[in-house]
Amino acid sequence: MGKTLSEKVWDEHVVRSHAGEPDLLFIDLHLIHEVTSPQAFDGLRIAGRAVRRPDLTLATEDHNVPTLDWDKPIADPVSRTQVETLRKNAQEFGVRLHPLGDIEQGIVHVVGPQLGLTQPGMTIVCGDSHTSTHGAFGAIAFGIGTSEVEHVLATQTLMQAKPKTMAVTINGSLPPGVTAKDMVLTLITHTGTGGGQGYIVEYRGQAIEELSVEGRMTVCNMSIEWGAKAGLIAPDQMTFDYIEGRAEAPKGADWDAAVEHWKTLVTDADAEFDAEIVLDASEMTPFVTWGTNPGQGVPLGGSVPDPAEFEDAQDRVAAEKALLYMGLEAGTPMREVKVDTVFVGSCTNGRIEDLRLAAKIIEGHTVDADTRLLVVPGSVRVRMQAESEGLDVIFKEAGAEWRGAGCSMCLGMNPDTLEPGERSASTSNRNFEGRQGKGGRTHLVSIPVAAATAIRGTLSSPADLEA
Amino acid sequence: MEKFSSHTGIGVPLRRSNVDTDQIIPAVYLKRVTRDGFEDGLFSAWRNDPEFVLNNPVYAAGSVLVAGPDFGTGSSREHAVWALQNYGFKAVISSRFADIFRSNSGKAGLLAAQVDEKVVQRLWDYLDATPGAAVTVDLESRTVRAGAGEDAIEDSFDIDDYTRWRLLEGLDDVGITLSHADDITAYEALRPSWKPATLHG
Ligand code: SF4
Repeated sequence: MGKTLSEKVWDEHVVRSHAGEPDLLFIDLHLIHEVTSPQAFDGLRIAGRAVRRPDLTLATEDHNVPTLDWDKPIADPVSRTQVETLRKNAQEFGVRLHPLGDIEQGIVHVVGPQLGLTQPGMTIVCGDSHTSTHGAFGAIAFGIGTSEVEHVLATQTLMQAKPKTMAVTINGSLPPGVTAKDMVLTLITHTGTGGGQGYIVEYRGQAIEELSVEGRMTVCNMSIEWGAKAGLIAPDQMTFDYIEGRAEAPKGADWDAAVEHWKTLVTDADAEFDAEIVLDASEMTPFVTWGTNPGQGVPLGGSVPDPAEFEDAQDRVAAEKALLYMGLEAGTPMREVKVDTVFVGSCTNGRIEDLRLAAKIIEGHTVDADTRLLVVPGSVRVRMQAESEGLDVIFKEAGAEWRGAGCSMCLGMNPDTLEPGERSASTSNRNFEGRQGKGGRTHLVSIPVAAATAIRGTLSSPADLEA
Repeated sequence: MEKFSSHTGIGVPLRRSNVDTDQIIPAVYLKRVTRDGFEDGLFSAWRNDPEFVLNNPVYAAGSVLVAGPDFGTGSSREHAVWALQNYGFKAVISSRFADIFRSNSGKAGLLAAQVDEKVVQRLWDYLDATPGAAVTVDLESRTVRAGAGEDAIEDSFDIDDYTRWRLLEGLDDVGITLSHADDITAYEALRPSWKPATLHG
């Protein structure tokens, strides 16, 4: 029997395998940021250990860096301490760091692919659950805890039990105006937030193949939101073209050898998955969340659901709680929900294609008078690229705030937060209670919905702008 | 992690049961970026009480904590173990430990020795009668010992075989993996040269 893509990548990284014990996996790339690494480095220091492979480790500052005044000292003392600690640790242990002010600084999951460090067939880990993003290149990539961060720093390996495999096959083509984000939000509502538990998922099918590499990153990014250990997509010519020429991409003969190997990274025709889900992209529409987990979503054309209509008692209670928190009435058309803040950014939708698409929709319009639009590039490079294309001017002329790179309002660890009761349409990945600020209410949306919502002040799609 | 075979040190009688991890180290201390320095937060609420046992200078160098049942309940914070170790404790003796605390202790190298309730009582009485006296926890023979002569205390304690082995060998998770360092090196030697690196030269 043949192997699935994830089995091939897994098997290539087994350092040691012993019956009854988890596999010892080699890690090709370890990404680090300021929030989950301090105690891991301290653990090394206490034990007198070194970082085994600083040359396979990369650190960046993203979670709590400010997106305004980033050239001044960080005002918040806790954030400042964490950032300074990362700088100290990177220096002491010889780890490459892209700090605030550096041209390669940005969200860790934007920076890896941008540098060309994220490549097919790799194992990639980071003390951050959205590490699954890198799966878009055909890598096994997943988030780890702080003690595991220490383990990888010291050994460049991880003890891991082999997960089961699942295929998510998305047939057909997405209708115009429907994006990778709508696709993954639809999937999560279909499976529920625990549907992927215990699986490495391979996304495949025509609709996946038709996505750009950045769109594929959006899909893989949210794998964790339906519980999957990791999500990945077989690399193809589009993947190779995206990587070629980037700073850390293989060159010359190395490039040829790499591509030759990458081409073998597909699921064999006779391989079997432990589970499969099949969806049809042609039926998908713009999709938004109404609740407080990413699985509580409806088409934008739909209404806030009535909790009484949920068959499962637990879902019913969860829906009642969510509506109370979100301040929503059952039956309200989603298009009538008024939004205070629109956040464009994050490792889900903060790349250059996202900003181009947002700017294209916003150009020639102004942001609604009662709504604020925050545009936060995923990295400094993305910001500079956008500025060279004049996208910043389009945003600013429409009345949006154009910010520096970082996680920003995705998790509200820096000053970019919602006020209690404030409602956002956000291109990020989590709508948990308080995620974007205490009492803040989050609707997860795609880039086109975010842009149209900023203009109209209520949840909208670009089609509504023409009406 | 240091190997642990036997330890003898000043016994500290903590005559309390249900000492949860919030009492061991309150949440306000968790913002730290290090794994050391938590000793100042250890039992922080009780340290304001002049009568509290650790405020007695006799116990300043205490290293064997003798506590009541259900020690270490509550949140899973690893900081509770670090705080005890940072203060200087090498072992905690109790008649019952919370599971997560026991497992965190084993990982970090703090010995959690589970004894019969009567043994805790006898140790308390002995330590109160002779403040600053030593208690021995011998992991090789799984026994606790204190005092001498007729009233000497000697009894066995429970600890699971795997944790005992790890402590005796001084192995943490990283240590166990590093015992396979040859396998890692062999793997590294076979990695293709075109795999990316973050540092060059
Ligand atoms: S942008 Fe959001 S989800 Fe992504 S790494 Fe930052 S905080 Fe995590």
